[in-house]
Amino acid sequence: MTEIQISISILFVIIGIIFMLVGSIGIIRLPDFYSRTHSTSKSDTLGIIFVILGLVIYEGFTQSSFKLILVVLFIALSNPIGTHALARAAYKDGLNPFYSDDELKEEDKE
Amino acid sequence: MESFFLYSAVVLTIIIAVPLYRVLNGPTLYDRILATNAIATKTIVLITLIGFLFGKIEMFIDITLAYAILGFIGSLIIAKYLSSSKMKEE
Repeated sequence: MTEIQISISILFVIIGIIFMLVGSIGIIRLPDFYSRTHSTSKSDTLGIIFVILGLVIYEGFTQSSFKLILVVLFIALSNPIGTHALARAAYKDGLNPFYSDDELKEEDKE
Repeated sequence: MESFFLYSAVVLTIIIAVPLYRVLNGPTLYDRILATNAIATKTIVLITLIGFLFGKIEMFIDITLAYAILGFIGSLIIAKYLSSSKMKEE
């Protein structure tokens, strides 16, 4: 039982670290602010969820694993909200997307 | 299992150091704030791994919760301030 638990935990942590590596490369490689928000909101959130769920499986049923599940729920709610607020502020500021020919409409800025 | 936590913490430190490039020479202000937010969210996982490495997860999980809430509020307030100050100028 313990061998299976440790194996699943190691697998989850490695999958999460791979997701975070992809998101971290995407922040450098992608050409635009609006496309960089994809890498930091989606793949980072999924990577953090996988790593902390792997640590929960390693820990078992304790009070600390319950608090770790609370951390997972909070990050799954808060990380896309923060990125969306930042992208909304940039759009109101008038930052144009990279692969777009048309300018921002004036009535969308308000 | 402790050696696995140690190696994954080292790899995660290297991953956290990668967006510093975007913090140092991002083209706009928003790129820098976005990369800072990415570093803050990945540091949560690093603190949790260090807690498992030391065997004191009961202490480090409270630090993790406080750090997550502070990072979220900071990012949200900066975004709110940038959009509102731009409107006040116009």
